[in-house]
Amino acid sequence: MIAIVDYGAGNLNSVKKAFEYLGAESVVTNKSELVTAADKIVLPGVGHFSSLRALNSSRLQEALLHAVSAGKPLLGICLGMQWLFEGSEECSEIAGAGFFPGKCRQFPPSVKSPHVGWNSLTVQEGSRLLRGVAPDSFVYYTHSFHAPVVAAMVAGTEYGLQFAGAVEQDNIFGVQFHPEKSGDVGLSILKNFCEV
Amino acid sequence: MLTKRIIACLDMDGGRVVKGVKFKNLRDAGDPAECAAAHAHSGADEIVLLDITATSGNRRTLLDAVRRTARSLFVPFTVGGGIRQLDDAAAVFDGGADKIAINSAAVRNPKLIGQIAGRFGSQAVVVAIDARKCDEGFEVHVAGGRVPTGRDAIQWAREAADSGAGEILLTSMDRDGTQSGFDCELVRAIAEALSIPVIASGGAGSPLHFIEVFREGRADAALAASIFHFGIENIAQLKHELYDASIPVRWPC
Repeated sequence: MIAIVDYGAGNLNSVKKAFEYLGAESVVTNKSELVTAADKIVLPGVGHFSSLRALNSSRLQEALLHAVSAGKPLLGICLGMQWLFEGSEECSEIAGAGFFPGKCRQFPPSVKSPHVGWNSLTVQEGSRLLRGVAPDSFVYYTHSFHAPVVAAMVAGTEYGLQFAGAVEQDNIFGVQFHPEKSGDVGLSILKNFCEV
Repeated sequence: MLTKRIIACLDMDGGRVVKGVKFKNLRDAGDPAECAAAHAHSGADEIVLLDITATSGNRRTLLDAVRRTARSLFVPFTVGGGIRQLDDAAAVFDGGADKIAINSAAVRNPKLIGQIAGRFGSQAVVVAIDARKCDEGFEVHVAGGRVPTGRDAIQWAREAADSGAGEILLTSMDRDGTQSGFDCELVRAIAEALSIPVIASGGAGSPLHFIEVFREGRADAALAASIFHFGIENIAQLKHELYDASIPVRWPC
């Protein structure tokens, strides 16, 4: 069972619907017991980095960190991926989990912000999450802050600069785009996560 | 590279997709869930479902159509029509929409934009503006284009963006349904005034019109309804022509 963590940051129906379509059992929950009981965890989220305050100040965070250290696969989507880093310039008093180094930053002034729409991924070989995804596949983004390029990056995207579109290290995965809204490419990424 | 989006719009009346000219003379164009799936399959980057005759009586019809359409749609899905308060938006999100579009209600109560954005995020709030050319620029109309407001479209678009809108869906009432081309002057004026994406609507009739609105209009996305029904223009074919004209598009899908 996949626990989709609900800490009040937006509408999580689309993520659940995509897992339903793939035949994977999932539950949207704000209960730490269900996070602890799950086989895999998805941390979604949209909006301002300060929304993560609700996660950090709840028992959900403890359950989440415990599950990750026990080796359970975690997928952060959008704001959920940003949480995997040390923090964000969007709200400096809220800390991220720090699984990946660096802070999320704004786009340079040369491009419009937010970054909204379908952009291509430069996929690196060997990723389990992106297995079978063609090198220049398009995915749907909507965000104002981006995660830095790190050693664990498995796909990059260009928008004014290169940023991390997807990261992966051991049992921790993150995507800045919305796989649940990225057509067949996105569904294949979620399917890969179901199978890791 | 960030691509230009092609958005298929389904205007819905009483649970059926319809299309008119200048908001009148409606013709039946099919079932919303079937139309949405067909458009997504042929390469639409997003689907917009607008309940054009939204009244409290047919909320149930709209929510049923939203649920059926969302079930197997995995591209962004926007729903508009009859959303007057936060609860209406919440019901539509609960049905499976990713974004809501608000028009008259936002003009009447601009705080609604921030309320919905505060709960569901700015990326989920599209403010739809119906504008018609007047002596001093472009004037905002509400109530399905029937009521002029005396407000300037650029000023209103700025205010909507400042209030938390994530995108602007800009319809030229002069061009809507005419298939004579987008109003590039209107689109460009608003696209250059804002940092949030602007979706151009009204007037699509040929691939050349899309090329114009992306190049000259500086649109981030273009929306059309009538040319994508009745087999007039296939989205896949349109994207090929845009690609040939060096407009970045998502292809293959």
